[in-house]
This record gives sequence, C-alpha cells and structure tokens, in this order.
Amino acid sequence: MYPQNYYFTKDHEWVAVDGDKATVGISDFAQKQLGDVVYVELPEIGKHLDVHQTVGTIESVKAVSEVFSPVSGEVIETNAALNNAPETINQDPHGKAWIIKLKMKNPGDLKALMKAADYEKFLEGLAH
Amino acid sequence: MKLTRFNAQHRKLGAKMIEFCGWDMPVEYKGLIEEHLACRHAAGLFDVSHMGEIHVTGKDALAFVQHISPNDAARLSPGQVQYTGLLTSKGTYVDDMLVYCVHPEFYLLVVNAANTDKDFAYVVSQKGAYAVHLDNASDRYSQLALQGRQAIPILQPLTDVKLAPMHSFTFAFGKVAGKECIVSRTGYTGEDGFEIYTLDQDPGILWDAIMEKGTPLGLQPVGLGARDTLRLESKLPLYGNDIDDTTTPLECDFAWIVKFKKGDFLGRDVLVRQKEQGLTRKLVGFELRDKGIARPHYPVFVDGKPAGQVASGTYSPLFKKSIGLVYLPIAKTVLGTEFEIGIRDKKVKAAVVPTPFYKRNY
Repeated sequence: MYPQNYYFTKDHEWVAVDGDKATVGISDFAQKQLGDVVYVELPEIGKHLDVHQTVGTIESVKAVSEVFSPVSGEVIETNAALNNAPETINQDPHGKAWIIKLKMKNPGDLKALMKAADYEKFLEGLAH
Repeated sequence: MKLTRFNAQHRKLGAKMIEFCGWDMPVEYKGLIEEHLACRHAAGLFDVSHMGEIHVTGKDALAFVQHISPNDAARLSPGQVQYTGLLTSKGTYVDDMLVYCVHPEFYLLVVNAANTDKDFAYVVSQKGAYAVHLDNASDRYSQLALQGRQAIPILQPLTDVKLAPMHSFTFAFGKVAGKECIVSRTGYTGEDGFEIYTLDQDPGILWDAIMEKGTPLGLQPVGLGARDTLRLESKLPLYGNDIDDTTTPLECDFAWIVKFKKGDFLGRDVLVRQKEQGLTRKLVGFELRDKGIARPHYPVFVDGKPAGQVASGTYSPLFKKSIGLVYLPIAKTVLGTEFEIGIRDKKVKAAVVPTPFYKRNY
C-alpha cells in the first residue's frame, strides 16, 4: 500500500524523487495517528532546510505534529491547496496532499531513508 | 487497564482505543469531526461506563448530601437530578457531579472517572456522625449516553419508559432492551438525550439494540475525542481544565449551583466572603481571531503581559474555528475584549465571546 518508489523516514514522512527535485508528504500511518487534519502551516518558498529541520506543522483537532525534512534542500514549491482543504492529508496522503517540493542539496541524504518494504516492516515493529 | 462491558463492541467497530484514567476507552471510530457532526445533526452513542457512581443511603442521606454539596438537594423529589459540585472547605472543587434523588434515604452521586477514588475517599472523610451508608458502586455500573435530536425516536421503541414527557434533569427506572436501567434525561453534549445506567452485568445488548435502531436514523458511535469538542461547544466544564481545587463555582460562572439560603455546606463561608468582596477573575469563553488552535495550558497575554493559561481549548467542528475557556481578570471579561494566546512561536489574537458557543434550536 506504500508507493514502491517512495522513501520513508522514522517520523513518517515520505519523499518522491524526480531528478534533483524531492516531493515531501506524510504517510498514511501518520495521518491515521493524527485524526482529522484542520490546519497546515507551510514554510516560505526559498527557505533552506537541513535534514530533520522543521518544515512546518500539521494540526488535527486533538494533536499538533511537526513535519521534519527528510532531505536537505531549498523549498521551491508549497501546496497552498492544503490551506483551504487540509482534510486532503487524511484523504490522499501519498498523492494530492504533498506538502512541499525541494531542490535537493545532497542526493546522498536519501541513503539514510527506508524504502517502502522496510517502512512497512518498521510499522509492524511499532505495533508491538 | 479496566475494560467497560462494551469493550468488545468498540473493538468490533475498529475503534481507536486509548488508556484513559486506567480504562481502555474508544477515542474515535470513524473520525472525530464526523462523529461530532453526527451527534449535532442526528445522534451519537457514547460508552461512559468509566464514570463513578456513589450510593448515599440511610436516615441522614439528605442531610449528608446537603453538607457536601452547595446546591439544594431538598428541592429534589424522587426522580429528579441536579448538577452540583463536591467542594472543599475553601469553596473550591473536588469534582463536579450529578445528584440523583432515588428516595429521601437514597441519593446516587455520579462523578468523573478521573476523580472517582478521590471523591469517594473525600465523601467518606466527611461522614462524621451522619447516619449514612456510603458505597462506591462504580465498578458495578455500566453507562451509555444517547445524545441528539433523534434520541427519542431511537430509544422509545426499546424501552417502556415514556421518554417525551420527561423533563430535562429527571430520571426513571425501567427496561431498555430487556435490561433494568435508570434512564435520565441528562447529558454532556448540549443536545437532547439520555444517559442510561445499568447494574446488569451483561449489558452488551443495550449497545447493540441502540445501534441497530439508530444507525438508519444517522446514529454513530462517538468516542472521547468528540465528547470533548461537543461539551466545549456547549460550555460544559471539565475537571482538571476548567475547574479544580483552586477554583470556586462563582469564579467558573456556575454561581447558580450555590444556594446560600439552604443552610450550611462545605465552603459556604468562603463563598459568602468571595461574593461580598467581588470576584477578581472569571471563566469566560473565547474564540481565536486568526488561524491556529488554542489548546489547554497555552500561555495567555493580556495587554502584552503574561496572564495565565488556556483552561480548555480546541477546534470546533461546528463553527470551524478555535474556541475555548480561560480565566481572565474581571475587568477583561467584558465581551469583545481582545487578548493574545501564545501558540508555539506566535502570539495569536483572541477575543472574549458569549457562551455557550452552541445552543440547540429544538
């Protein structure tokens, strides 16, 4: 159920790579944990992010969750549609609810991330 | 962890379960917002078996209840309920509670799950020379709440109790789905509805029968998540957030539960003094005027200076904005007064608004 070509972090972010462009979102597991999302705080375009630096926050009725950048790079696009339809994060977390696009500074950052099969194993481990 | 007698039903529905005050409880089923709106537009079914029940029986039952509660229990006929508090000798809250008059020598106290053991110990410590028997019956009771405009159409076919003629804050003994119950026209959502108590040790059919009757009418099971957003929209207090052992009923805007004329009760002299001197602070409702969600304990700033914390705060699924309750200095409790709430690294504008935020229109 997790897209085979995506990379995943232990904090439940995903990255989809296209050349030096990285698209970032949160996983289906993460949106289920949060519950109904009502607000998303997006970063400024042009912001430089290090690995694990806060991208922004996602708020559900009962929780606030920080989104951490899986890779380093410069924010080149943010998904403004999420401001009016934050519930997209619950409905389509791996597709329409992408959060930011980055121009990657160091593609080597991807080496530290999990592929879909490893992320699914990681989730199974969490259940125990 | 303790299990309610409806635990299997929650798990069968795939509820997200959490530990709450030592109980394995459903926090949400289909989703908080959907459950909240179902209760507002049709009906919601809540497992509230974790609440505490204390039996006060004996010759001095009324006199004892009058001693521990600021409200006037002498006004209650059998079959009537009143909302009140359990107060310290300083007039502050040990808990809020409901007092049910079963008959003049039997009162049922219903208290919060978080405080049941504390409340029972407190009540026992106040026994003194009163000729009463005190029994913590909490573990024997199960309780469901059916709340919403469809409550009567859903429940009436299942019970011999005549529901429509019941006034708010009254109760009756009867059968629901064949089980002996107390059916009380009370609730914690601001909707019409009923709370159903039973001592039957196998009450699962109550949940199943209500869900079967109610689902075609829009009934949804509702978890603790939406229970909190519903009660906050209706400005019903939560112990620990809005009331505790540092706040009095006068300060939290529940002066009506204090019946000074009825005679002496725990904390009376302190409350008399507070009333004479005037309040220095009061619990008021607010809404956020900018994007964000104000949550309990977030810092509050009045005229730029720190002024306490948010008591209760959430996102209102009905009004699609952040609402909450806060204690402000008396001069700042005027409607429309603006102040600020610290949300992470920002100060967000808030304003004092009238409460309840939601009032039902039927």
